[in-house]
Amino acid sequence: MLEKTDATEDGRLEAVIGRQSHTFVGRIVGHQAFWVFLAMVAAGLSLTLLTETFATPQNLFNVTRNFAFVGIVALGMTVVIISGGIDLSVGSVLCLSAMVLAITMNAGWGLVPSAALALAVSALVGLINGALIAYVRIPSFVVTLGMLSVARSLAMVISGNRVVFQFGPDEKLLFQLGGGSTFSIANPVIALFLFGVATALLLRWTRWGTHVFAIGANERAAGLTGIAVARVKVSVYVFSSLMAGIAGVLEAGWLGGVTTNLGQSMELSVIAATVIGGANLLGGAGTVFGSVVGAALIEVIRNSLILLGIGTFWQGAFVGSFIVLAVAFDRIRAYRDTES
Amino acid sequence: MTVLRLDGVSKHFGAIHALDDVSLSLSAGEVVGLMGDNGAGKSTLVKIVAGNFRPTQGRLYLKDRETVFHGPLDARQNGIEIVYQDLALCDNLTAAVNVFLGRELTRRFGPFRIVDYAAMNRRAAELFKALRSETRPKDLVKSMSGGQRQAVAIARTRLSNADIVLMDEPTAAISVRQVAEVLALIRELKSHGVAVVLISHRMPDVFSVADRVVVLRRGRVVANKATQATSPEEVTGLITGAIDHA
Ligand SMILES: Nc1ncnc2c1ncn2[C@@H]1O[C@H](COP(=O)(O)OP(=O)(O)OP(=O)(O)O)[C@@H](O)[C@H]1O
Ligand SMILES: [Mg+2]
Repeated sequence: MLEKTDATEDGRLEAVIGRQSHTFVGRIVGHQAFWVFLAMVAAGLSLTLLTETFATPQNLFNVTRNFAFVGIVALGMTVVIISGGIDLSVGSVLCLSAMVLAITMNAGWGLVPSAALALAVSALVGLINGALIAYVRIPSFVVTLGMLSVARSLAMVISGNRVVFQFGPDEKLLFQLGGGSTFSIANPVIALFLFGVATALLLRWTRWGTHVFAIGANERAAGLTGIAVARVKVSVYVFSSLMAGIAGVLEAGWLGGVTTNLGQSMELSVIAATVIGGANLLGGAGTVFGSVVGAALIEVIRNSLILLGIGTFWQGAFVGSFIVLAVAFDRIRAYRDTES
Repeated sequence: MTVLRLDGVSKHFGAIHALDDVSLSLSAGEVVGLMGDNGAGKSTLVKIVAGNFRPTQGRLYLKDRETVFHGPLDARQNGIEIVYQDLALCDNLTAAVNVFLGRELTRRFGPFRIVDYAAMNRRAAELFKALRSETRPKDLVKSMSGGQRQAVAIARTRLSNADIVLMDEPTAAISVRQVAEVLALIRELKSHGVAVVLISHRMPDVFSVADRVVVLRRGRVVANKATQATSPEEVTGLITGAIDHA
C-alpha cells in the first residue's frame, strides 16, 4: 500500500519536473529582439510602399553594407555588455586598426601581414582594457573611456594626422575585400553574418559563453563556483577590440582611405544597437540577433529619413527615441510579468 | 574517521578579527551544527574550509594531510562542497545550468567541445527528483521560489561525491515544508557518510539533525558539544554570552 502511494508520488514528481514551462513561441515572443525585428520589417514594408527607391537592389545593398560595420562592432559590444561591462573604446580601436593597416600597406606590406598586425594591435588594446578592468578592478566605463582617447591619439601619432589613401601593391585586394561583393552581397555583410553566427554559437554552446552570462548576472556567484572570472573578463574585451579591429580593416577597404576621425562616436551607435536589441546594460542579458537587428533598424531609420526627404538631422532624435522606447517597452513587459 | 581538522585558524579582515584561534574536527557521516550571532564568523569559517578565503593563521588538515586551498575549485576537487548563504545563483540561467555552473558537461561536436544541455537537464532532473523537489531543470532561476532556489544550490553539492558539505543557513528563507525537505536531505547525506556542517540560526533544525553543536562568539569557539549533552537554552546562552563557555 505504502509502496503504491510512493510510486504515484514519484510519478507525479517526475511529471512536474519534466513539464515544459515555456512554449517555443512563448520564448520567442518574450524577446525584445523579436519586437525590434518586427518593427524593422514593418518599417521596411512601409518604405517599400511609400517610396520607389527603398526596395531597389542598389539601396538595399547600401543599407546592408552601411550597418554591417556597426553590426560587427556590436557583436563584440554585445559580449561585453552581457558580461556586465561596457567598451567605449571601440570606435577608436577601429580607427587605430585601420590606420595601422593603412600605414603598413602604404609602406609596401602585403594585405595579410598588415591586417594581421592591425588585428594584433587591436587585440593588445583589448588585453590592456581587460587587464585593467579584471585585475586592477577599474570600472570598465573609466578604462575604456581612457582608451577611447588613447587609441585615437595613437592613430594620430602614427599617421601624423595624415589621410592615407594609397595602399601599396595589395591595394586592389583591400578595396575588393572591404568594398566588393560576393554573390551580389557586400563583403562586410558576409563578414557580419559569419562572425555573427560564430559569436552566437560561442555564446550559446561553449562553456565560455555560459560563463560570460553568469558573470554578467552575478559576478560573485560565478567566482564562487570556480569560474575564472578575471580571465573570462579579459577575453571579453579582447574579443570586442578584435571585432572593432576587423571592422576597421573592412571599412578601410570600403572607404579607400583612412582618416584619423574614422569611427568617431561610433561607440554610441554600437551601444544603441545592442540596447535596442535587448542587451541589458546591467549585464546578464543580450543576444547577437538582437544587436544585429538593432544595428539594422538604426540604418533603416537613417535611410528612410533620407528617402522620405526628412533630412538626416532628425536621425539622432529618432534613434534616441527608439533606444528609450525599446527599453521602456521591455520594462513594461517585465513589470507585467512580475505582476501576474 | 576524521575527514577535516582545523588547527588554530584565525582570519583577519584588516582590524576585524572574524575568526580567532579556531580548532575543530569533523568526522565522516557527522552533522555539526554551527551556531552564533550575526557576525560571529560562521560564514567566514565555512568559506575558509571551502577555499574562498585563506586563513591568516592556522592549518587545515584533510584526512590528516595538511592542505592549502588555492580557491574554491581546489577545495571542490578535494571533495568539499558548499551551499552559500545567498545561494550564489545566476538568475538569468536555467536551474540545470546553475547546478553545473563552473563544471558544465560538454560533448564532442566535430573538432569542438560544446555544452551538453540535454545531459545537464537530464542529470539535474534526477537530482531534483532525489531531493523530492518540484524544480524544473529548464526553468530560469529568476522565476523560482525560495525552496526551488535552495534545491538548485543543494543539487550542486550532490553532483560530485563530496565528503564534506557545508551549508550556510539553508533553511533561512523557505517554508516549513521545505525546511523538512532540506533536513531530510541532510540526513540522507549523513547516511552516505558525508560530513555536513550546518550553519543555522534555527534551534529546532540544529537539534533535529546535528550530532554536535559548535558555538562561535566573536570569532572564538565557546562550545563544542554533543547535541544530546546540551539544550537549546544552554546554546542560546552561549550565543548571547549569558553563558561564557561550555
Ligand atoms: N570579505 C570581508 N571583508 C571584511 N570583513 C568581512 C568580510 N567577510 C566578513 N567580514 C566580517 O567578519 C565578521 C564575521 O562575518 P561572518 O559573515 O563570518 O559572520 P556570520 O557569523 O556568518 O554572520 P551572519 O549570521 O550574519 O551570516 C563580520 O564582522 C564581518 O563584517
Ligand atoms: Mg553568515
